[in-house]
Amino acid sequence: MQNHPVLTDNDPQGETTTLNLGPTHPATHGVFQNVLEMDGERIVSGVSTIGYIHRAFEKIAEHRPFYQITPLTDRMNYCSSPINNMGWHMTVEKLLGVQTPKRVDYMRVIVMELARISDHLICNGILGVDTGAYSGFLYLMEEREHIYEIYEEICGARLTTNIGRIGGFERDFNDIAYAKLDKFLKNFPPILREFEELFNRNRIFIDRTTGVGAVDAETALNYSWSGPILRACGVDYDVRVNEPYSSYEDFDFEIPVGTTGDVYDRFIVRNEEMWQSVRIIEQALEKIKKEPKGVFHADVPEFYLPPKEEVYNNMEALIYHFKIVMGEIDTPKTEVYHCVEGGNGELGFYLVNDGGRTPYRLHFRRPSFINYQMYAPMSRGMLLSDAIINMSSLNVIAGELDA
Amino acid sequence: MGKLDTQFLIQKLTAEFGDKISAPSEPFALLTFETSKETISSVLAFLKNDPELNFNYLTDITGIHYPEKHLAVGVIYHVHSLVNNVRVRIKVFLDATNPTITTATSLWEGANWMERETYDFFGIIFEGHPNLQRILNVDDMTVFPMRKEYPLEDPNRVDKRDFFFGR
Amino acid sequence: MSDVKLVEAPPGVEGSGFFATSLDKVVGLARSHSLWPLPFATSCCGIEFMATMGSHYDLGRFGAERPSFSPRQADMLMVMGTIAKKMAPVLKQVYIQMAEPRWVIAVGACASSGGIFDTYSVLQGIDEIIPVDVYVPGCPPRPEAILDGVMRIQDLVRNESLRRRESHEYKQLLAKYGIQ
Repeated sequence: MQNHPVLTDNDPQGETTTLNLGPTHPATHGVFQNVLEMDGERIVSGVSTIGYIHRAFEKIAEHRPFYQITPLTDRMNYCSSPINNMGWHMTVEKLLGVQTPKRVDYMRVIVMELARISDHLICNGILGVDTGAYSGFLYLMEEREHIYEIYEEICGARLTTNIGRIGGFERDFNDIAYAKLDKFLKNFPPILREFEELFNRNRIFIDRTTGVGAVDAETALNYSWSGPILRACGVDYDVRVNEPYSSYEDFDFEIPVGTTGDVYDRFIVRNEEMWQSVRIIEQALEKIKKEPKGVFHADVPEFYLPPKEEVYNNMEALIYHFKIVMGEIDTPKTEVYHCVEGGNGELGFYLVNDGGRTPYRLHFRRPSFINYQMYAPMSRGMLLSDAIINMSSLNVIAGELDA
Repeated sequence: MGKLDTQFLIQKLTAEFGDKISAPSEPFALLTFETSKETISSVLAFLKNDPELNFNYLTDITGIHYPEKHLAVGVIYHVHSLVNNVRVRIKVFLDATNPTITTATSLWEGANWMERETYDFFGIIFEGHPNLQRILNVDDMTVFPMRKEYPLEDPNRVDKRDFFFGR
Repeated sequence: MSDVKLVEAPPGVEGSGFFATSLDKVVGLARSHSLWPLPFATSCCGIEFMATMGSHYDLGRFGAERPSFSPRQADMLMVMGTIAKKMAPVLKQVYIQMAEPRWVIAVGACASSGGIFDTYSVLQGIDEIIPVDVYVPGCPPRPEAILDGVMRIQDLVRNESLRRRESHEYKQLLAKYGIQ
């Protein structure tokens, strides 16, 4: 274990230097600025500045109808955009009282768990790069490409997916998608096992990561942490279990928790979550087979955007299309908070609706934003190189941080 | 521990705070009530410290703006009792010309950035906040962009004039 | 015999033991195949850039093996992602720090025009603050599109006159952006 004496402002060992880390530092994987007060290699204090890609999502959302907000949610946590899409759709469905068929729920679960895997793949791969092991990253990026190929079959896009509609999906999974899913489920576990063999018992990696950024559960809760980094501290809070959405209650999976909350525990928790995600996807594929074929959206023509070919050939579809696009559907004047377990934690949507075409107010509870605020306080007394891996294990996504 | 009953919760709050708790409702099974800016910090402290309720997790703080109302600016808290698995939404409405409210940073460290964000967007002053500065927008901004009177687009744009589009 | 493909020699006069061509062409050829990119990745397009650099698409095949994170030692600035107004001075500073000759790719809709974020806080295209050579469309562009953008830059580099950076027009262009 490394021993990090915490320096206070009163007893710096000699002179301190100011180091401006960011906003375009390559080691930070995004636009984060931290002005650090350094005593040699140790950080005495730090100030985080954020907002370098603030894009005013919440203001834009007040000017967009519900179905046009999905592309905005894509660009929040772009490492796992399907989770954001689905979270937003489920929020609106909760508001409108739409019940989705089980098959749609299972399809969503498949897509969301794929997204969780791709999110954790990036995080753990980058953590490997930052601790000096580039090869793990290359292994994982290859697998992430396969996940993107599955997305492409489902929706046509790779990264900013815009999967689904309010009420379900825009189209059914095709046979190639199922074939690619099967192939992925066959090929991914050996790769992940190989990756774990490279890292989990690796002396250098363990020495480099254990004890770094250790956080106890109480502090983590006090800072409103959520997601894998909270679970690494030993708190078994997972929205999928606490408030199951999209029929997660039908699945058999475990919530991995850590003990010390350090970088190593976060790494292990994320790895284990990938295994659980694989398990969930396998179960979902089994469950889908038992559901009636060809159901991929709820039967709610007043909320579900009809396919274009029907709009052009079918009077009723044209009317509904017109009503949805022009915002002439009555929606309840109320407020709703819905949250999903995003790649980084509890991703919440707080929607206040006044019955108009657009939301009156939409607030995103962005886990990266809330998780990141502890970064500067927890960096005190750390080595600079430890602070870097601490940041990559927090997996702060700039788009989600700044909104 | 079983799920906390919202009736029990509201009884307990009314017993403690009387008529300071107003307009309770339950949209989508999430207990929502309003309180005043004088009582908000004691309500939050009560929710957090009461051993039975144990609302130990601050999910979110955000703001809202109703320009036509008398008390135009609102602060909305979402707190979560992880032990009982119950959420509560608390609203406080403030005067738009002088929106001040007590900070929640003394209860939860995590409230720090959430309050800074709310200040940045709505101009709500959290009294007692250790570092109430703009967080997402540029420091020299003078307006609070999420208030309804401010436009989405940059008003200084020159490339969207009508004659570029033949209008 | 390795299967490494060599680039074709530029047009010139060839004879026994000598090959004559203009210096422009030789320098352009060399430069175009050893571009050092500076990835200025801010958001989603940066993730696609990671895929471009990764094993699957491998930008290194085009001589851009070494991403240079110092602007002083880079000649191709790749701006990927939304540039907010808060970020704009930083981007301009990075551009100024780069040595001539320097090229700029605006990758993705946000960097090219602000994209879907037509808001008070987003710069509506980086060409408001720095000159841009190639725009790559897409939100985000596929890795193939980013590769195509890099190859367009290579074309520009290959055919650029050695005197272009001293020319009056170029100085005027920079002056327009307030860059000395």
